[in-house]
Amino acid sequence: MPRMTMIEAIRSAIDIAMERDRRVVVFGEDVGYFGGVFRCTAGLQQKYGRTRCFDTPISELGIVGTAIGMAAYGLKPCVEVQFADYVYPAYDQIVSEAARIRYRSNGQFTCPIVIRMPSGGGIFGGQTHSQSPEALFTHVCGLKVVVPSNPRDAKGLLIAAIDDPDPVIFFEPKRLYNGPFDGHHERPVTPWSRHPLGEVDAGHFTVPLGKAEVRRKGDSVTVLAYGTMVYVAEAAAEETGIDAEIIDLRTLLPLDLDCIVESVRKTGRCVVVHEATLTSGFGAELAALVQEHCFYHLEAPVGRVTGWDTPYPHAQEWDYFPGPARVGEALVRAMEA
Amino acid sequence: MAVAARKASRSDAVPSAVKSRAARKAQSSAQKKGVASFTKEEDLFAYREMLLIRRFEEKAGQMYGMGLIGGFCHLYIGQEAVVVGMQMATKEGDQVITGYRDHGHMLACGMDAKGVMAELTGRRGGYSKGKGGSMHMFSKEKNFYGGHGIVGAQVSLGTGIAFANRYRKNDAVCLTYFGDGAANQGQVYESFNMAELWKLPVVYIIENNRYAMGTAVSRASAQTDFSKRGASFNIPGEQVDGMDVRAVKAAGERAIEWARSGKGPYILEMQTYRYRGHSMSDPAKYRSKDEVQRMREEHDPIEQVRRRLIDQWKLSEDELKAVDAKVREIVNEAAEFATNDPEPDAAELYTDVLR
Ligand SMILES: Cc1ncc(C[n+]2csc(CCOP(=O)(O)OP(=O)(O)O)c2C)c(N)n1
Ligand SMILES: [Mg+2]
Repeated sequence: MPRMTMIEAIRSAIDIAMERDRRVVVFGEDVGYFGGVFRCTAGLQQKYGRTRCFDTPISELGIVGTAIGMAAYGLKPCVEVQFADYVYPAYDQIVSEAARIRYRSNGQFTCPIVIRMPSGGGIFGGQTHSQSPEALFTHVCGLKVVVPSNPRDAKGLLIAAIDDPDPVIFFEPKRLYNGPFDGHHERPVTPWSRHPLGEVDAGHFTVPLGKAEVRRKGDSVTVLAYGTMVYVAEAAAEETGIDAEIIDLRTLLPLDLDCIVESVRKTGRCVVVHEATLTSGFGAELAALVQEHCFYHLEAPVGRVTGWDTPYPHAQEWDYFPGPARVGEALVRAMEA
Repeated sequence: MAVAARKASRSDAVPSAVKSRAARKAQSSAQKKGVASFTKEEDLFAYREMLLIRRFEEKAGQMYGMGLIGGFCHLYIGQEAVVVGMQMATKEGDQVITGYRDHGHMLACGMDAKGVMAELTGRRGGYSKGKGGSMHMFSKEKNFYGGHGIVGAQVSLGTGIAFANRYRKNDAVCLTYFGDGAANQGQVYESFNMAELWKLPVVYIIENNRYAMGTAVSRASAQTDFSKRGASFNIPGEQVDGMDVRAVKAAGERAIEWARSGKGPYILEMQTYRYRGHSMSDPAKYRSKDEVQRMREEHDPIEQVRRRLIDQWKLSEDELKAVDAKVREIVNEAAEFATNDPEPDAAELYTDVLR
């Protein structure tokens, strides 16, 4: 099986989707001629021409707004917002239009769009290139929200997202583009070419939306994670020697509640981790669901390890980033409770 | 000189519909004078200011290469005449706001090179205590309102600052800088409309360096004459040779005078060029080496002034060297400070989120 980075896997997914379905169009800032600042669309304009893969002005609202219109009239736009931090000008269109067209039109019109955006920190991006705004979208009904953690999932989930009849917000943890990252920034990155999840089928396949995956089996405590934090949690389990069961959620909306509940009922403990800020983060939703569904099985309060409630700083990135030490402490706390 | 003349005549081509009569009058009287000439003092001042920016940016580039600066870092090399010429046209109290390519603007506003460099390296002595980085710095004292990483965001903010000027009747003008790429953000046009509607004292300076990241102007803009971008709101505009600091200052004076006298906003399209990549890792496949080389050799803003200092003002090599040495000293001192200053305390993370 070929080996791919997450970038190559995403490119392969878009390529396959464009090949299979002429309605798929791909656009965004520097997406066409240049192939995307992270190279996720490199070569697609050459292959499919400028009417199907093209550059836009710097106009996020315009990019998303026109995509919604296209989708309502039968196209399947897969657009890129260059960094998740730039999505806010488009937020109105996403919330007021994309998420509601189906409901508002009695199902006559739908909005099959995918909005891809690199998210998360760990690259010295500072406050405008590091954010994880997933909770701003999980709070909106009418959207699906996906966060892959490896090349194989990225490809399968992206093809599924493009196939999907509803709007999908597709976060790409940019720190994972070239290899898994466990928070040990002082160590060299292992490239995907040397990781089993870098093995990606070259052809068409999907990973269904709404299905989590248990990434590490364990009996002592359940860790709910997604994106980069999956690897940080693995490192924390390794380093503390705690037999954690690590669940990679993969899709936040719809959420694989069955998988979560089954695991927490088994372990009796749960720690939720994400890079995004704490207050009203997606972890709050997860913690609420866990107590609702697993209360009588819980032996410890549900813990949360997250970014601090501050903007993402330029300096002190590693004080901000919830690394394996902080996750490890939370695991220990859960075990000691 | 030839370039300036060519560019100046191009601004003639702006259809009259773009400008109100008064604006046309203001401009044609300026044009009669030809390209405004500088006194020796002005040339020397512009030279020193532009050289400071150039050397500062070169040093920042080196320090980035050495790993002392991380993340994003957008250099202003090639565009120095724009901000220096505009600053020469301002008076005390005028404000400046810009995007993320902001080091030159801060230096031109008189902010301390040490504080700027230390922000790039993420140190406690940086203007934002290291928490903002290259794109996010401010100085209330120097009337510099940032430093904004989100493309286009500063345009509405600058418009609001201009509103506050009017409200407070303080006679100040807000210089609001943005790029050719930023000019396509929707909020720019919301701002234009409000600024003209309320006759706000704001000068919009569009730094057209021909590219937004890897996208050439013609591939992203339906109207590539940015001086016309305010036409439907009746905002006067002109295209300026942004590589000639004298042309910039002259146009800046016209625009600022217009805004200060209560006539409302004014647009200046500065035709300029960035020599370096967009940020620090830029394969630059979107333009030829030749194109960059030609701009450097034929239109360099600093070289133009240097030639005048030698040919017209008869400055000796030694006198020029003394200016260079002074500038280098400031830059080296800044680099040293930014290398040795400690990182901020982790406790600093939580300061200035709210009161
Ligand atoms: C809202 C938003 N969208 C996209 C970006 C990414 N981005 C940063 S700079 C840039 C190009 C801007 O070009 P221009 O306005 O011409 O300024 P220049 O870099 O040439 O100085 C882009 C697309 C951003 N920072 N913010
Ligand atoms: Mg530009």
